[in-house]
Amino acid sequence: MSKTHVTTTINGEPMEFLTDGASSLLDVLRGPLGLTGTKEGCGTGDCGACSVTVDGRLMCACLMLAVEAEGKSIGTIEGMAQGETLHPLQQKFLEMAALQCGICTPGVLISARSLLEKNPDPTEEEVRFGLAGNLCRCTGYDKIVRAVLETAADMRESAR
Amino acid sequence: MNDMSNKWIGTRTIRPDGADKVTGRATYSADNTMPGMIWGKILRSPHAHARIKSIDTSKAEALPGVKAIVTAKDFVDFPLDKSVMLGIQDMRWMARNVMAKEKALFHGHPVAAVAAINEQVAAEACALIAVDYEVLPHAIEIEDAIKPDAPILHDWVQHEGKPSNIAGTMVLKTGDIEKGFAEADIIVERTFTTRPVHQGYIEPHACTVSHAADGRVTIWSSSQGQFMVRAMTALLTGIPQSNIRAIPAEIGGGFGAKTIVYLEPVAVLLSKKSGRPVKIVMSRDDVQRATGPAPGSLMTVKIGAKKDGTLVAAKGEFYLQAGGLPGSPLRGPVGCSFAAYAIPNILSTGYDVVSNRSKVAAYRAPGAPHGAFAAESVLDEIAEKLGIDPLDMRVRNSAKPGDKAIYGPNFGDVTFIETVDAIRKHPHYKAPLDKNPRPGVKRGRGVASGFWYNAGGESSVQVNITEDGNVVVTTGHPDVGGSRASIANVVAELLGIEHGRVNVIIGDTQTIGFSNLTGGSRVTFASAMVATSACEKVVAQLKDRAAKIWKIEAEAVKWEDGMALPAGDNAGKFPPLSLKDLAAKANEMGGPIGNQTQLNTTGADPGFATHCVDVEVDVDLGIVRVLRYTAAQDVGRALHPGYVEGQIQGGVVQGIGWALSEEYLYDKNGKVDNATFLDYRMPVCSDVPMIEALVIEIPNSKHPQGVRGVGEAPIVPPLAAIANAVYDALGKRFTALPMSPPKVVERLEQAD
Repeated sequence: MSKTHVTTTINGEPMEFLTDGASSLLDVLRGPLGLTGTKEGCGTGDCGACSVTVDGRLMCACLMLAVEAEGKSIGTIEGMAQGETLHPLQQKFLEMAALQCGICTPGVLISARSLLEKNPDPTEEEVRFGLAGNLCRCTGYDKIVRAVLETAADMRESAR
Repeated sequence: MNDMSNKWIGTRTIRPDGADKVTGRATYSADNTMPGMIWGKILRSPHAHARIKSIDTSKAEALPGVKAIVTAKDFVDFPLDKSVMLGIQDMRWMARNVMAKEKALFHGHPVAAVAAINEQVAAEACALIAVDYEVLPHAIEIEDAIKPDAPILHDWVQHEGKPSNIAGTMVLKTGDIEKGFAEADIIVERTFTTRPVHQGYIEPHACTVSHAADGRVTIWSSSQGQFMVRAMTALLTGIPQSNIRAIPAEIGGGFGAKTIVYLEPVAVLLSKKSGRPVKIVMSRDDVQRATGPAPGSLMTVKIGAKKDGTLVAAKGEFYLQAGGLPGSPLRGPVGCSFAAYAIPNILSTGYDVVSNRSKVAAYRAPGAPHGAFAAESVLDEIAEKLGIDPLDMRVRNSAKPGDKAIYGPNFGDVTFIETVDAIRKHPHYKAPLDKNPRPGVKRGRGVASGFWYNAGGESSVQVNITEDGNVVVTTGHPDVGGSRASIANVVAELLGIEHGRVNVIIGDTQTIGFSNLTGGSRVTFASAMVATSACEKVVAQLKDRAAKIWKIEAEAVKWEDGMALPAGDNAGKFPPLSLKDLAAKANEMGGPIGNQTQLNTTGADPGFATHCVDVEVDVDLGIVRVLRYTAAQDVGRALHPGYVEGQIQGGVVQGIGWALSEEYLYDKNGKVDNATFLDYRMPVCSDVPMIEALVIEIPNSKHPQGVRGVGEAPIVPPLAAIANAVYDALGKRFTALPMSPPKVVERLEQAD
């Protein structure tokens, strides 16, 4: 099968890859690009473990063809921390034990970051609906929701 | 060492594996590759029940890119008449679950496997394998499988002298059940059903395996026990354990279902045949069709009580689905349902029913939530009929320390009443509840309790002092949700050093001694116990070294705040020697400092939990929402409170899914009709409220830190607690789960 050359940006850095027409963005991220921080839980867009941003918009990487990444800017969990400095959400998740097995965590963090970018002061209900596309089977969501609310409060405080 | 003023034990430290997990660097089972790796794929049965007459792989073998094909004949044969047990698993059934032999027993049952240069070729090759099936009639539901004319799955299974789908029974009894019911002033008997539910871990099963030219095997996979992976793979492939290195990948959830193998032996044989490393990753569809779930159940519970609420007799009949091969968790409902209560006359019977669905796997307190749904619903009804507060009735009937438990031993601590009291005194239980907040909406409150055995068992640990005076701890237990964090707290505490100086890792099968499964609420109990023992020996070594340096007796040295000090004025005056000082002098004073401790741990007292829940029911749409949830549990000692609360909160929400939305749907051909997360409806974030975990700490006197075990008990009460709350809201008892909208509407339309 002939391959398509795709030029894209991933976590702010230029990236090129070859892909067939059937591969999802998730297949390419996890396969040839080696970015396995984005997880596959279902492959049908139901669990959110593969959440990434595409030009700032939250997407399930399993629902997007890899060729559609042409010219786009992709954000994955590997780009969330700035070097050694964790994003406030990452730090808060550690402090508040908002992860157990951790398989959903990259997707939850990407979703939560998107939520807070759109809504820096969400209510508990807004956080719950904002993260409703990310399944977590370990935590019962309690500590995740609290960690997102606390991070939002901290980020508002530090932005003042 | 069980001191509430501890510096690290009981604190919310950051887990040693945390940074990797929030940055995407932690490597789970599907995240690994090996040089020269090819891809394996499983061909699965398209029939719910069929005899396998022949398998022709010649066309598939001829496809370019195909490197190996295996079928059941490539595996070690386990004849049907000879049981080979590994723990609770019978290899006759495990082998036939991993690869169908005589029959395909469920839709999705593996019948062959291919390894090829990529996933597409492997899939094409699977389609070219010609399996000649003789399709047989199937039975899915318990009611259908136990009918006299039901299709029989296994000719060799007999019950009461006749071919049957009842593959086993378990009976526990005490007293005289007939006499007991004769003494009762009130008797309530109800029949309940629950549907199979999947454990629902987000990480599908996967493995990467290398069988090298010299016969040495490396397995990279996530499981709840790398030693289980090694042992089962050795048994099913005939390769000695010494040649199998099973490396535990980070595990993306298991909840019991990753205590058995599905892929590893298949990948090993494909790798052996092809001479290449092989990777197999299940799809979600595979996971939902062919792994887990927890059994569905058909249960009748009858309980008799005196007018004052004293329970005098209890009888339970629990039919559990085993799936296509025997082995449902009968000890869950049979042993746990009445265990918290001092009932003089009990007859509790379980039936293991095979039917054409995937072989069940352990799920958090296996079988106990089923039994509690039945027993705790009947208790609620009795309390209501007697006009007694349901929590008062539980206190009145609590088992006492020293009582003989229905499942055999005499109880040590019984801390059931403390969990009931925690709920009784909590503002939630006393808060007014507006039962008719608006038209079309009704609210109710329910309570229920739960029991789980907890467990000890084999555990190994190494505590090594690094040359620069820090600490590496290696345990043999996969960490499903914070056990490394708990062990780091214990070791930092016992050695008296900063938490950040302790690193905890999980060893593979060839680098750490045998350690049993992560399951049964045992890992923190067992590994803290062995880590304590190892730390004590390390501290003794450190004191010995200091004594040698100071030329005094070792008894004259004490260890405090990470330093050796003279024990008193008589010992002499010496400046303290820190862990770093002693590590620097280790070699000249006798060699490296460290210890490996391996124990079969005992003394895990049972866990008790009592829950309270408020629900709101939309009577037109049948939607049940959980408004408020409070869960009390005695955990003994919370080494890391954050992860203890997390276990309780997670177990409760799994219970909410079980009660309200999760179930398997089958079509008329016996095929799972909802094998996606869209249609198999687990709770999402917006479905549930905050879950308040009331962590009670009554130390277990048989554990150095007082640990009791946490993870299982929280899933035991929710099914009954929610059903009791729905009753309180609607005045109608639900004896069938899930209480999903169509079923609630249907029930509301029925006359009582």
